[in-house]
Amino acid sequence: MALNSIQQAQVVPGSPTQDTIAAISTPLGAGAIGIVRLSGPQALPICQYLFVPAKNNDEPPASHTLRHGYIIDPQSKARVDEVLITQMRAPHTFTKEDMAEINCHGGIIPLKETLALCLAQGARLAEPGEFTKRAYLNGRIDLVQAEAVIDIISAKTQAALQAAVNQLEGGLSEKIKTLKQQLLDILALVEADIDFPEEDLEIDSLKQIATALIPLNQELDHLIATFSEGRMFREGVATAIVGRPNVGKSTLLNQLLQQERAIVTPIPGTTRDTIEESINIGGFPLRLIDTAGITHTQDVVEKHGIKRSRQALKQAELVLLVLDGSQPLTDDDRKIIQAATGDNKKIILIINKMDLKQGVDPAQLQSLLPTDEVIYLSAKQGQGLDKLTKAIVKRLSGSDASDSEGAIITNARHHQALIKTQRALKQVMATLEQGLSPEFVALDLNEALNALGEIVGQTTCADVLERIFSQFCIGK
Amino acid sequence: MYICDREYDIIVVGAGHAGCEAALACARMGCATLLLTINLDSVALMPCNPAIGGLGKGHLVREIDALGGEMGKNIDKTGIQFRMLNTRKGPAVQALRAQADKQQYRLSMKAVLESQEGLDLKQELVEELLIEKGKAVGVATQNRAKYRAKAVILCTGTFLNGLIHIGLTSYPAGRAGEFSSVRLAQQLPDLGFLTGRLKTGTPPRLDAKSIDLSSFSAQSGEDIPTPFSFTTEKIKQPQINCYLGYTNPKTHQIIRDNLDKSPMYCGLIKGIGPRYCPSIEDKVVRFAGKERHQIFLEPEGLNSQEIYANGVSTSLPLEVQVSFLRTIEGLEQVQVMRPGYAIEYDFIPPTQLKPTLETKPLKNLYHAGQINGTSGYEEAAAQGLWAAINAVCKLRKRTAFILKRSEAYMGVMIDDLVTKGTLEPYRMFTSRAEYRLLLRQDNADLRLMGYGYRLGLIPAPQYQQLQQKRKSIKGELLRLKKSMVSPHEKELPAEIVIKASCSLAQLLKRPHVNYAHLEALDKKSPGLSADVIEQVELELKYEGYIARQLAQLEKLKQLEDYTLPAKLDYQRIPGLSTEVRQVFGRIKPVSLGQASRIPGVTPAAISILMVYLKRKRSSQ
Repeated sequence: MALNSIQQAQVVPGSPTQDTIAAISTPLGAGAIGIVRLSGPQALPICQYLFVPAKNNDEPPASHTLRHGYIIDPQSKARVDEVLITQMRAPHTFTKEDMAEINCHGGIIPLKETLALCLAQGARLAEPGEFTKRAYLNGRIDLVQAEAVIDIISAKTQAALQAAVNQLEGGLSEKIKTLKQQLLDILALVEADIDFPEEDLEIDSLKQIATALIPLNQELDHLIATFSEGRMFREGVATAIVGRPNVGKSTLLNQLLQQERAIVTPIPGTTRDTIEESINIGGFPLRLIDTAGITHTQDVVEKHGIKRSRQALKQAELVLLVLDGSQPLTDDDRKIIQAATGDNKKIILIINKMDLKQGVDPAQLQSLLPTDEVIYLSAKQGQGLDKLTKAIVKRLSGSDASDSEGAIITNARHHQALIKTQRALKQVMATLEQGLSPEFVALDLNEALNALGEIVGQTTCADVLERIFSQFCIGK
Repeated sequence: MYICDREYDIIVVGAGHAGCEAALACARMGCATLLLTINLDSVALMPCNPAIGGLGKGHLVREIDALGGEMGKNIDKTGIQFRMLNTRKGPAVQALRAQADKQQYRLSMKAVLESQEGLDLKQELVEELLIEKGKAVGVATQNRAKYRAKAVILCTGTFLNGLIHIGLTSYPAGRAGEFSSVRLAQQLPDLGFLTGRLKTGTPPRLDAKSIDLSSFSAQSGEDIPTPFSFTTEKIKQPQINCYLGYTNPKTHQIIRDNLDKSPMYCGLIKGIGPRYCPSIEDKVVRFAGKERHQIFLEPEGLNSQEIYANGVSTSLPLEVQVSFLRTIEGLEQVQVMRPGYAIEYDFIPPTQLKPTLETKPLKNLYHAGQINGTSGYEEAAAQGLWAAINAVCKLRKRTAFILKRSEAYMGVMIDDLVTKGTLEPYRMFTSRAEYRLLLRQDNADLRLMGYGYRLGLIPAPQYQQLQQKRKSIKGELLRLKKSMVSPHEKELPAEIVIKASCSLAQLLKRPHVNYAHLEALDKKSPGLSADVIEQVELELKYEGYIARQLAQLEKLKQLEDYTLPAKLDYQRIPGLSTEVRQVFGRIKPVSLGQASRIPGVTPAAISILMVYLKRKRSSQ
C-alpha cells in the first residue's frame, strides 16, 4: 500500500546511468588478493572518499592508471587495507560507465569491509550478472553475446536464490518472517485507520504503534548484530567435528591442519580439556570446538563419545559429521545424525574411508539427512579433502565461491536489507513523535517492509488488505 | 426486424453509473452516441447505498470531475448530507462523502442525458453483440431491432445472469424488480471470454414512520458543505441527518439461529462477495466476539420514507430480517419496505482487457463497471469515462488515454484490474495507491484538468481559470520564499518564535503555523482565494514527503516509459520460466512497468526482457 504499498512496484535493478553498483568480483576464498568493482555515476566519488594515496599528490588521478594507497574507514579513520586502485572514466570501460576497481590484499576480511564501505557510501550491491548486463545494455558487448547475458542472469539468479534459501534455513528465516508479519499487522492497523474512518474499529491512538515498535526495533538490532559477517571473521565459525569413535575424526582434523597449513592458535583461557583451535579454510577461520574430545576418543567409552558430540553440537554453527563408510550405520551414528539435524546448523556429511569397501547404504543416508551434501573422502590417504574445503567455503559464503561475479553477495545483501529496515523504522518513530498523520507513518512502514521484502519476499497491497479484513470487522 | 436508420459512432449498453459517464463523454467529444437501457426509469439508479464518495471513492469523483465527467456535478445538485472524512488526518487521506436523494439523483442525471446533444437514449434489452471480422459493429435487442456502430461499450453491471437470493428462494433479476440479461451472458463465452461469478448484497429498506429515532444518535453533515465538483460554487438544497444505532447479542442470536436459512451458509451462493462489505450474517459469524455492530439509518431522499439500513446487508428470509431488526433499540416496531437481498452475477475477468479497457479478444469492444469485477458507483463511473475517451481516441486514431498510477486513482484502478485481475468485487482504497501523497482530492484539477481540456471535455474558460490558479500558486510560493521576517519584527504573533531571520515560506513549513497566522507579518499578501492558499500551504508543509514520493517515481520512470511491442512472442524469449512466459502472453503488458507488477514476475525476468528487447532492437 502505499503499499504497495506496499504495493509495491518492484525496483528493477540495472537501469543504466541510474545508480552505482558494487560487488566483489573475484572468487572468494581462493587467494589473498581480491577485487571490489564499482560501476555507475558515483563510482569515482566513492573511491575518492575512501581512498588515500600512499604518496600525496595534488594532481587529479589520471584515468585507467593504477595507484597505490589505502582504504580508510571514514568514521574510525582506521586503515582497512593496503590497496591498488584503478579509476576509469566513461565511456572507455567495460560497462561504458565510470568504473573503479579496488585490488585488496589483506584477504577476505578487508575485501568485505571495503565492499561494505562502498555500500555505506551509497553504492548498491550488484545483482548477479549485472556488470555484464550493463555492458550489454550500454552497447559495449556485441550482439552475439546477448544470449550469454540472458543465460548469466537466469543461471546466477537461480544460484543466488538457492544461496539465499541456504542461508536463511532454520531460525533466522523464521525470525525475519515474524518480523515482517508484525510490521504488516501494524501497517494494517494504520491503513484501516485511514481507509475506514466511519467504521467502529476500536483502534487506539497511533501512540500504541510506537509502543509496539520498541520490541521490534530491539529484535532488529539483535538480528543485525548476529547477522554481521564481521562476527564470523572476528570470532571464527564455531565448528564441531562429530561422529562415533573410530570413524576417523582425528585423522581428518590432522589432515585439515596439514592440508591448509593452518594457523593453529590455542586460545588461552579455556579449560584444559576443551582446547579450542582455529584453522583457516578457504579464507574462513573455523573455531574447532572440543577437539579434546576428538583427539582422545581412544580413551573414552562409546557412551561418553556420544555425549561429548552432543555438547559440541550445542555450540556449533558448522557441523562436520563423520561416518565410517566401510561399515553399515550403527545406532550411535543415527543418534548423532539426529542430534546434529536440529536448530540452525550448517551440516556437511562426510563419509570417511572411501578407500575401503563401502558398507553404507546411500538411500538410507538420504532418508536420515535428506537435504545435505555428502562428501566422500579418505582422511588417511588425503583423498577428497579439496572437495571438503570447497563444500565448507560454499556453505559459509552462501553461494558457490567458484562463481566470481557477485559471489558471496547474498549475505551482504541480507545485511544491507536489515540495515535499511532499521533506518525506515527509525523514521517511523520520528514521524510518530512529530505527531504526523497516519499516511506518513504508512509511507515509512512501507519502506521498512520493502527492505525486509528483499529477503523474504515483497508485501503486496493484497497482503495488507487481507490483514485488515481478518483483523477488523469492516462493512458499513 | 427493425434496423435503425442511423449509424452511430458508439453504442453504450447499460445506463448505470458507468454507462451514463461513457455516453456523455462520447457525445461531448462529438461522437454520435446511443445509450441503451433495460429500463428508462432506472437510469443512474443507486440500487445499494444512497451515497457517493468516501475514501478513495471521493478521490475518484474529483478526478472524474476534472476530466469533465458528470458524477460530481450531479451529486452536488442532489446531495442531502455532505461530510469531509478524516479531517483530523493529512490532506492526502481526506475525502468527501455525500448522501444522495436517490430519486433526485436519477432524475437529474436523466435530464442531463436527455438534453445532451448527439446522444440518443432508448429503452432496449440488448441480447446480442454484432461482430464482424473480430470487431464489434453493433447490437441486436429483444425488440428484434439492430443498431450499428463503430464501437460498443458494455456497462451491464450486475445484469449478466443476475440471480437474486432472499432466504432459500432465488430468481433471475438484474436488480430487485428488473430483468436480468441472459442471452448476452450466453454469447460472451462463445466470443472467447472467460467468465467468473461474483456476489454482492444490500440491506433492507425500512419505513421511517415505524422507527423511533430518539433511540439513535443523530449525525449531521457539515454546516457549509464542500462540493465535489470544481464547478459547483455552493450546495443549495437542504441537508438532513443520519442516525447511528447498534445491534446487540439478541440480534446476533436470531441471526445465528437462522443460518440454515441463509443462502450464503447453505452453499447456494457460489459467487465471491466483497470482504469489505460483509453481510450481517458474516459479521456475526466471523467476529463472534464483537458484542455490537453499527447500523446507520440513512434516508434515501427528502421526499421519501425509505430508510437505508447501512451495516445490516443480508440475504436471510424476510421473516428473519424483520425479527432480527426488531431486537434493535428503536426498531421494535419496524416495518420493512424492501427486503435485503444478495445477488450473484457474471463478470468478465478484466485481465482480458487492454489498459484502454478495449477487450483483447474483440476489437472496438469496451467493458466498463461491474462487468469488470468492480463494485461501487464511483469505480464504475471512472471506468465508463475512461472507456469512452479511449473508444473515441481509437476511432479518431489518436493516442490512447492512459493515466499512470502516479497521476490518478483512476490509473491505479485500471492498472490493477488489467494487470492483476480481481478475485472479489474490486473497490478503491487509498492504500492501493503507492503515490498516495501526490494523488489528493484537493489537487485533482491540477493533476488532470489539462487532459480534460485537450480531450474536449473541459470548456476553455474553465481551463483558463485553472491556468490562472496554477500561476497564482507558483507566484505565491516564490513570493513567500523571498519574503524575509526578522526576529525583531514587532508584529510577530505570540505563537511564532524565531531566532534568526527566516522566510515566510520557512515559517509556513512549521506544523502549527498556517497562512492566516502570517497575516500581521505579511503586508504584501496579494489576497488570494482559499483554494490557492490551500495548495500553497500543502506544498510547503509536505514538501519533504512529496519529494520522497517524487524520487520513488523518478526511480521507476524508466520502466514505466519503456513500452513493450504488442506482438511480442514471449514463448521465444530464452531464459524466462514457463510460468512467466505464460503470464506475459496472457496479460500482454504494455510497458516494463506493467510487466513488473504482474504477480509472480521477478526482477530477473524483467532484466531478461530488457536484454532480449535490446538485442531485438539492435538487430533491426
